[in-house]
Amino acid sequence: MSDSIYRPYLMEIEQIVEETPDVRTFRLKFRNSEEGEQFTFKAGQFGEYSVLGEGESTFCVASSPTRKGYIECTFRKAGRVTNALANLEIGDTVGFRGPYGNTFPIEQWEGKNLLYIAGGIALPPMRCVIWNSLDLREKFKDITIVYGARSVSDLVYKHELKEWGERADVKLITTVDPGGQTPDWKGEIGFVPMILEKAAPSSVNTVAILCGPPVMIKFTMPVLKKLGFQDKDIFTTLENRMKCGFGKCGRCNVGKVFVCKDGPVFSYEQLLSLPGEY
Amino acid sequence: MEATRKLIRRQSLEKLYNALSETRKIYAPVMAEDKQITYCYNPSFAEVTFDHIRSTMSPKNVLFPKVENLFYYTNEKTESVISVLDLNKIPEVVLWGAHPCDAAAIDVLRSIFCWEIKDEFFAKRLEKLVVIGLSCHQSDEYCFCTSTGLAPDSKNGSDILLSRLQGGDYQAEILTEKGQSIVDSLPDLFEPVTGEQVVITEVKQKFDHRKVTEKLATSFEHPFWVSNSLRCIGCGACAYLCPTCACFDIQDETAGRKGRRYRSWDSCGFGLFTLHTSGHNPRSVQSQRWRQRIMHKFSYMPERNESLGCVGCGRCSSGCPVDMNIAEQLAALQNI
Repeated sequence: MSDSIYRPYLMEIEQIVEETPDVRTFRLKFRNSEEGEQFTFKAGQFGEYSVLGEGESTFCVASSPTRKGYIECTFRKAGRVTNALANLEIGDTVGFRGPYGNTFPIEQWEGKNLLYIAGGIALPPMRCVIWNSLDLREKFKDITIVYGARSVSDLVYKHELKEWGERADVKLITTVDPGGQTPDWKGEIGFVPMILEKAAPSSVNTVAILCGPPVMIKFTMPVLKKLGFQDKDIFTTLENRMKCGFGKCGRCNVGKVFVCKDGPVFSYEQLLSLPGEY
Repeated sequence: MEATRKLIRRQSLEKLYNALSETRKIYAPVMAEDKQITYCYNPSFAEVTFDHIRSTMSPKNVLFPKVENLFYYTNEKTESVISVLDLNKIPEVVLWGAHPCDAAAIDVLRSIFCWEIKDEFFAKRLEKLVVIGLSCHQSDEYCFCTSTGLAPDSKNGSDILLSRLQGGDYQAEILTEKGQSIVDSLPDLFEPVTGEQVVITEVKQKFDHRKVTEKLATSFEHPFWVSNSLRCIGCGACAYLCPTCACFDIQDETAGRKGRRYRSWDSCGFGLFTLHTSGHNPRSVQSQRWRQRIMHKFSYMPERNESLGCVGCGRCSSGCPVDMNIAEQLAALQNI
């Protein structure tokens, strides 16, 4: 840990990928290599990314802990900090504090089928655990990824979707909202809950990991229940506005639970016991 | 350590005050011409009031400044340099004349700032702080310390607690090692107690905080929150006046290539507090924010931080521009 709990690590932007017109992925490496060697994290954890002078913004680490020497983050240009981040170039400096929060219980998923369901910009917080499970592929049974976006241009990680689509050990289903397709679109057309119901993955010995906009979650949950998933076998990662990242600034709580300390990963069973402050 | 009692003469208080101010900064309450009570750094002893019921602002600023610099930075083209602050430069401070509610608030703040991860700024300021508490010989209709498990002569948080004696001298209860070392360094000022009675005000209990906590566990969706917050204008005054409110914002401020990252007081009563960039807001209306304020202090904190988030000072109610009275609301809540 650094000498001050508020001091960010200084990171150098090593690579920038333009995922969509307003979504970017940065690969960041530690300017201080000693800090980089000591740094560890697990799938599901998040950090505070900053442009010094503009402020901090909260995102999950988007790269897998199995990939050493760097971290990646994916963000949409939306507010002051993310717009400032988007103006940066390779070689520029980004501040990073973390890792914070809990993790996906990936060890408990060994020997099971994994069903990842994501919508739009919610694939980045799940990409970490997807790659984590793919890098430890032999520990899991079938891996299915269902990913939807409003339009083809809104799909993030296009190069990785291609790779996952080509892999024999991954079942990838991509979909875009009606009207969002291009003439050469080969994936599905329709909303995620509908496409999931059509694909009807088995719930036997399967864990579902779900992340997306509230409206997608609302209509996907009944489908998962219909497929036979238990509340304890459905996981999601929440985001609420945060400042500190470690339970002091007082704004990310959902009832008595702090997203930054107790989350961001929750089972659906846990969510049902909480008020809807997310 | 076991508390001991001494007598300190009215005229010796000035000597104690001046002796302490030789090596430390003193943060003490001063009454202005308009009767506003303000905690100030290093006032002369003559300016310090002993007759205030409550200061307008709580003295929490001494441990949790309204604005606290977290670090400084310099941005070059690609390189940035961060300079952290030297916390050893934080001075030794005496909080003088804090009433028992404000002294007890220190422990509440600690339960947040030192919750698992220790906030180094708060911890260092606390380490360098000595609290000379002052029991209450008077109170008003807004006081409700006895409803939060405290009393006008509670010792929690004070290193030395002064209580007025009938004749105008003071009883000094030495409660901690820090307090004892002050007494040891100024033995001439402290005399054996005489048996003279202390003057302590009576504060009527308005609600039972255990009942409130119990009730809150099942009343998240109760219409109480809407009907009791319709008046609230979301000004946040309650949070800024509160001695235990610890929520903060973090912002950057830059001039040219140099700047600072700082934290500043914030309030859960503000709509922007929880607003997501997407426009979604988990607490989008004032009733949800009022519920959060009460729930945090009386339900979440007792469970998560093992400390009630309220000391009954009454400032949130006496300072509320639309006269929302928390003690009245909680008295009503425990019976809904």
